[in-house]
This record gives sequence, C-alpha cells and structure tokens, in this order.
Amino acid sequence: MSMFEGLKFRRVSSPIHDLDPRVKFLYVIIMFAIAVMYMELIPLIMLFLIQLPLVMVAKVTKQWIKSMRGAAFLASIIFFTNFIFSYLYRGQQELPFILEYSMAMTLRFIVLVGSFSIFFLTTSPDHLGLALEKSHVPYEFCFAFTTAVRFVPVLAEEAQTIMDAQKARGLELEKGNFLKRIRNYIPILIPLIVNAIRRSLELAEAMESRAWGATKNRTNLYELKLRMGDYTLILLTIIILILAIYVRLYVPIPRITEIFP
Amino acid sequence: MIEVKDLYFTYPNGVEALKGISLNISDGEFVAIMGQNGAGKTTLVKHFNGLLKPSKGKVLIDGADTKDVSVATLARKVGFVFQNPDHQLFCETVEEEIAFALRNFGFKENVIKRRVTWALNLLGLKNYRKTSPFMLSGGERKRVALASILAWNPKILILDEPTIGQDYNQKEKLRQFILQMKAQKKTIVIVTHDVEFVAECNPRVILMSEGKIVADGEARKILTSPGILEKASIIPPEISRIFLELSDFGFPTNVIDVYEAGGIILDFWEAKNR
Repeated sequence: MSMFEGLKFRRVSSPIHDLDPRVKFLYVIIMFAIAVMYMELIPLIMLFLIQLPLVMVAKVTKQWIKSMRGAAFLASIIFFTNFIFSYLYRGQQELPFILEYSMAMTLRFIVLVGSFSIFFLTTSPDHLGLALEKSHVPYEFCFAFTTAVRFVPVLAEEAQTIMDAQKARGLELEKGNFLKRIRNYIPILIPLIVNAIRRSLELAEAMESRAWGATKNRTNLYELKLRMGDYTLILLTIIILILAIYVRLYVPIPRITEIFP
Repeated sequence: MIEVKDLYFTYPNGVEALKGISLNISDGEFVAIMGQNGAGKTTLVKHFNGLLKPSKGKVLIDGADTKDVSVATLARKVGFVFQNPDHQLFCETVEEEIAFALRNFGFKENVIKRRVTWALNLLGLKNYRKTSPFMLSGGERKRVALASILAWNPKILILDEPTIGQDYNQKEKLRQFILQMKAQKKTIVIVTHDVEFVAECNPRVILMSEGKIVADGEARKILTSPGILEKASIIPPEISRIFLELSDFGFPTNVIDVYEAGGIILDFWEAKNR
C-alpha cells in the first residue's frame, strides 16, 4: 500500500503544483524515453539527480521518499534477477561490470517511478481531468475519470469501517483454509458494493439537480494556460532531451570501473 | 469493568487522537461520552473492544489487556453498535443478519434460533423476520443492527451515535431500551453530541476535547456548567439554559430534568400567589 501512498495527491501550493499537467506529463514521458535510451550507470545517476530539485521545489520530499521506499521491493527484484542472469551468462570475471549493469537497470526503474510519482503527487485530479478535456477527450469520460479518482480514498476509508463493524460481530478474516478466507470477505464486500451503488445514484441525482449536461459548451472555473513556469520547464526538458540524444550518439560513456579502477 | 490507563493513540497518518486518557467504568454503569467532532470519542471506544490497540498505555477489560486478546474474543463480552447500520448489513433476511454473529461465536443452531426470536421481539422486529434488511427504513435498519449485537447478550454495550437521524419516538424507545438494559446490570457506553437525549437519560458524563478528558461526573453537574461545556463546543440542554437565565429569581441552576423543572416552577408560582 505504501507505494500507492506516493501517488496520492495532497493540496499544497508550490511552483510545481501550479504547472500545467500537460507540461508535467511531457516531462515524465521524456524522462521515461531518456531512461530507456541508456544502459550505463553514470547517465542514469545524473537523470536521477535531475529529479531531486523538482521534488524539493514541490515540497513533497517526504511523500516522494515514501513512494520510493514502496518501490524498493520491486527494485530489489529487478536488481537480483539482472544480477543472477548476467552472472550466469557472463561468468565471474566480469563481476564489477555485472554489478554496474544490474545497478543501472535498477536505477532506470527508480527514475521511472520517481518521475511518475512527482507527476501524481503534484497534479490534482481536477487538473488532470481538465488536461484530458483539453486533449479532446469527451467530457463524460473526463468526468467519470476524475470522479473515480476522487472516490478512491472515500471507498478505502469505508472499507476500513465495514471491516471494523464486522470484526465487532466476531468475524475473523484470517481464519480457515483458502476458500473459507475468500468467503470471509463477503460480509465486507456486500455492504461496500451496496453503499457504492447507493452513493452513485445519489451522486447522479445531485448532479442532475445542478443541471449537469445542460449546456453543450461548458466553461471552466479554472482555465489551463501555459505560463512562464510552463515554458521554462518545456525548455529545460527539451534541452535535457537534446543533450541526452547528443551524448548517446557521439560521446563514449565511461564505466564507473574505468574511472575508479 | 473497563480500565483505561494513560492511553495515547496516534493514527498511522500521524494524527494524535488520544493524549493521555485515564478512566474507569465499573460494571453496570451508564456512561455518555460527549465532545465535539474530532475530540477522539469514537477512537476511545474503539479501544474497548480491541479494534484499535493503544500506542502507549493500557486498556483492560475485566482485567485482560486488549493487546493480548483478539477482537473476536473481546466482542463476545463487548458489543459495539456502529453509527451507520449500512456498514454492517449484508444478509438476505433480517433473521440471517442477527444469526451471523451468533454463528461466528459458535452457538448451537437451536440456541441461535431462540436468541434470534428473542432479539427480534425485544426490538419490535418480529414482522420483518424474513424481510431483506435493505428494504427497511433507516430507523428499522438501525434497530436490526442493534438486535444483531444484542442477540449474543454482551456484558458491555457500546452505542456510537445512537440518536443520529432518529425521530423523537425512536429516541424515546431507545431511551426506554437503555434503561431496561441498565436494570439488567449491563454496562452501557454511548457516544453522542445529543445533549437533550443525555439530559433525559441522566447518565455519568465524560466530556472530551482534543484527545483529553476535560470533565467527568454526573450529567446534572456537567450539563449545567456552561464554562466546562464550552471547552467541548456543547451548549447546555434547553431547560438548563432557561434555569441558568432565571438564577436571579433564586431558581436552582442544576436542573436538567423537564419534570423536575416543572415542579420547581409550579412551587415558585404558588409561593408567589400566596
């Protein structure tokens, strides 16, 4: 669960939170592309370091570290599979290289998770819906999407309350064999589903009473507009991309073992 | 007997909900825990059946530490009725709903049948035995939830916000019911904001604010002390407010019972006319 904790948006104000979600998404995609371009450790370390000032400016360091910790388990799996398989393939002589290679693969994953985490930590579901709308996704789908995101924490909390209520009636979730354990969840799932359906009907009524869908051309309270900060981030991202492509094509990248033999 | 010793509790998200609660509730006592939203009332009572375990300090139920016992074991002794019945109803019939907990506790089938009938009669749900709980009205669902807990006859009964969304008739029935349970020497703990209801029941009142107990004593004393109540964002019951305003005329300031108040006013009237 702690991995998802790092994807949960919190309403803080920072220059990064104010950026256009489309620009942030572009940034994430380009980080993704660069991470896939390289297999060497040094450029990936640099790519990782690029993320840090962004996290700091966004004031989400604590949550970001939490999501990184959540990713640690998967990262260690990636490290060990890479290590074991290249070891079997290449043998003992190249141990330092194998170590570096496995670390690079792990770091690539961490960079991906890290940049995605920045995106989700600093983008409110409303902004995300707005960005989808601007990208010509039909409004009904955008609305469904933002509502779904909006209700995840509500459902999680409700599930916890229901679990407590049934435990108080002597339900033991961890008791019995495998099939029995699955059946133990029926008393939790039924109230959860019934309440979710009931709530969705109420939501539909509330929406209709507020004239949802009355006008074809909706206007928004907040308009997404590219501002100074957005252009700066676009520029920075493109510079990093060009640099990365140039280095990939023309600059030989040393291994760490070659620098510190 | 519920013993709470210097209890601290912090939620996983870092919110410190209880800050050093110490308290004893003896067998057969009737206690109302009051306080504003977020004062930690529900958090405190969730410790009584082990749903939450103390971060620091101890909670003992009849001498047994809640840390050492499972919720299911404690639940046999401590019945907890949740605020919203929709968080627990899931069976096809009311009868099944009430039998659910009894099956969990391993009662025999013939005993289950007898107890279900008993609980249905107790709460006036006889006619709904084969009805789906989802077809019932809000008040009826609340009664089904209560019946499903009472069926196993727990020694300690905890009611979280029992009066929310209930009309006067239902509240009066609930009050009668609580008095009946009290006569049977059960320990009853209610969590509520409903001052009028508490004034009518006249229990021991524990007032909470920001994770601490700010007052503990008779309802008559606490509900008529505006200074103390203010700390917990509660206003005195209406009858007490009238008597507080009339204190200049020599009226007592510690009245919470409407009948008692009526008597005092009539006496005052007669004395004046004489």
